[in-house]
Amino acid sequence: MNEVLRAGASVGWPPGRVRLAFGLMIVLGLFLPFFVYPVFIMNVLCMALFASAFNLLLGYTGLLSFGHAAFLGGAGYLCGQAVKVWGLTPELGILLGVLLSAGLGWIIGGLAIRRSGIYFAMITLGLAQVVYFLAVQMPFTGGDDGLQGVPRGKLLGLVPLEGRYTMYYFVYAIFLLGFFVVYRTIHSPFGHVLRSIRENEPRALSLGYDVDRYKLVAFVLSAALSGLAGATKALVFQSETLTDVHWHMSGEVVLMTLLGGMGTVMGPSVGALIVLVLQNYLSGFGSWVTVITGVVFVVGVLAFRRGFVGEAVALAKKFPF
Amino acid sequence: MQALFGQLLLGLINGSFYALLSLGLSIIFGLLNIVNFAHGALYMSGAMVAWLLLQHVGLGYWPALLVAPAIVALVGVVIERTMLRRLYQLDNLYGLLLTFGLTLIIEGIFHEQYGNSGNPYPVPDLLKGGVRLPFMYLPQYRAWVVVVAMIVCFGCWLVIERTKLGSYLRAGTENPKLVQAFGINVPLMFTITYGFGVALAAFAGVMAAPIYQVSPGMGSSLIMVVFAVVVIGGMGSILGSILTGVGLGVIEGLTRYFYAPASSVVIFVIMALVLLVRPAGLFGRQR
Repeated sequence: MNEVLRAGASVGWPPGRVRLAFGLMIVLGLFLPFFVYPVFIMNVLCMALFASAFNLLLGYTGLLSFGHAAFLGGAGYLCGQAVKVWGLTPELGILLGVLLSAGLGWIIGGLAIRRSGIYFAMITLGLAQVVYFLAVQMPFTGGDDGLQGVPRGKLLGLVPLEGRYTMYYFVYAIFLLGFFVVYRTIHSPFGHVLRSIRENEPRALSLGYDVDRYKLVAFVLSAALSGLAGATKALVFQSETLTDVHWHMSGEVVLMTLLGGMGTVMGPSVGALIVLVLQNYLSGFGSWVTVITGVVFVVGVLAFRRGFVGEAVALAKKFPF
Repeated sequence: MQALFGQLLLGLINGSFYALLSLGLSIIFGLLNIVNFAHGALYMSGAMVAWLLLQHVGLGYWPALLVAPAIVALVGVVIERTMLRRLYQLDNLYGLLLTFGLTLIIEGIFHEQYGNSGNPYPVPDLLKGGVRLPFMYLPQYRAWVVVVAMIVCFGCWLVIERTKLGSYLRAGTENPKLVQAFGINVPLMFTITYGFGVALAAFAGVMAAPIYQVSPGMGSSLIMVVFAVVVIGGMGSILGSILTGVGLGVIEGLTRYFYAPASSVVIFVIMALVLLVRPAGLFGRQR
């Protein structure tokens, strides 16, 4: 795994060119809703943020969580409830969702980091299942029907978000904020400690780093950002359903990260785009979507472990420009 | 009183399935170092194949008990030979991801073909009816499931701990390279082990068919509970995983009697408590 991840590190571009590339992409995002259906891009942005948050754990800390749906869906339900029933403004609803996810992340992460490797994945899966059962049984979630008719409300009580473009720019701002937090974390001293834990945990420990603490902070941060994505998504679709807390969703975010390239900054976003485009095209085929998702998963694991961005980086290293 | 013993029996049956599945997972993990996420899907395949054999070929319960696991094991052998084999050199997270993908494929195909509804599977004639005990009614088939599951579990334990074949397996778990150096065909051993573990899951599936409804979704909820069982018991010890499986099944049954809504989460809550008190699991070694 390490060898694959290392190859996914930066291409070695000068900082000026990296900034230019990011700047171009940000500008491109501003004009996107005039060409593509805005709700679809908003969904992509939410899932891209979700996958980027997940990548902080899998790609940069080497922890495979199989329970991230709990943070996405949990925050979505709370945000939906807060905005719809308690009448809070959207930004407060999102904040509540983020706080819930961070709290859940603290509990689930705190338990899961007591074991490592494969057990970590199984523990997160099991504890996320508890959140799923809670979502099924609690009265306000609406069971199989989900939480429907969530209003988008007015941002800060002033700006109505019902219009497709205002909502888009709101979501875009949230995505950029979340993405920036992930980017800064990866490139901070803290992020380097995380990477050292991924590469060699005993050595990081012997160098005096409190490994468990670092893992827990990374987990809570990842959970909180997943919550940010989930709460925003609930506002985008104006509903929240069990799909978002189901373990299929936990698997989907792994797939996005793997396909795009784990341990790369852009990979998860690219992966989210690919998976959602694929699902969009296949939506008429019923259960075959699941089968094809599975096939992509298997092929990805067997032959494409670096993902699209990882492969592109490897190519760019071979042929520098 | 009737209801309590009824739930206790159901818990014992669920526990037998937990034990059978976590045993297979442990054996596969021990040698191949792969956590087989597809275990639940293969358990479901066992039940579905038995049901299909009955529907289309007219093959009844008794032959299906052998034929269905054999068919599923064959699929398992193909999976091991063509896919898992390529991952042994890598981090074992990839094994989990690959088998997760396989789970989606297997469940998706059955789902597409046979829908989501449960299909009843008749109890074999020989085991119809039951015994009226002073405190409860005991259906014969359920007693049979518990007894057979226990025999199979302890049989596996005996083979692994007490026979030459088992000693190869244990040695391979410790150090596959050294075992290969002694002239034992380790790759073949890997294939057989995976096939056997998978057959065990499918066998459990056929046994489960007359008790639960046969449906494409029956495996995925089970596998998560089995994972929790494995975390609680630790995968190091075979006897440990059998005891943990049965014990947790019984606890789940009791919970269903005393406070039903908690029964779906009780095992995960126990997992959390065990992690707080004994992070390595009840029978596990810290690694």
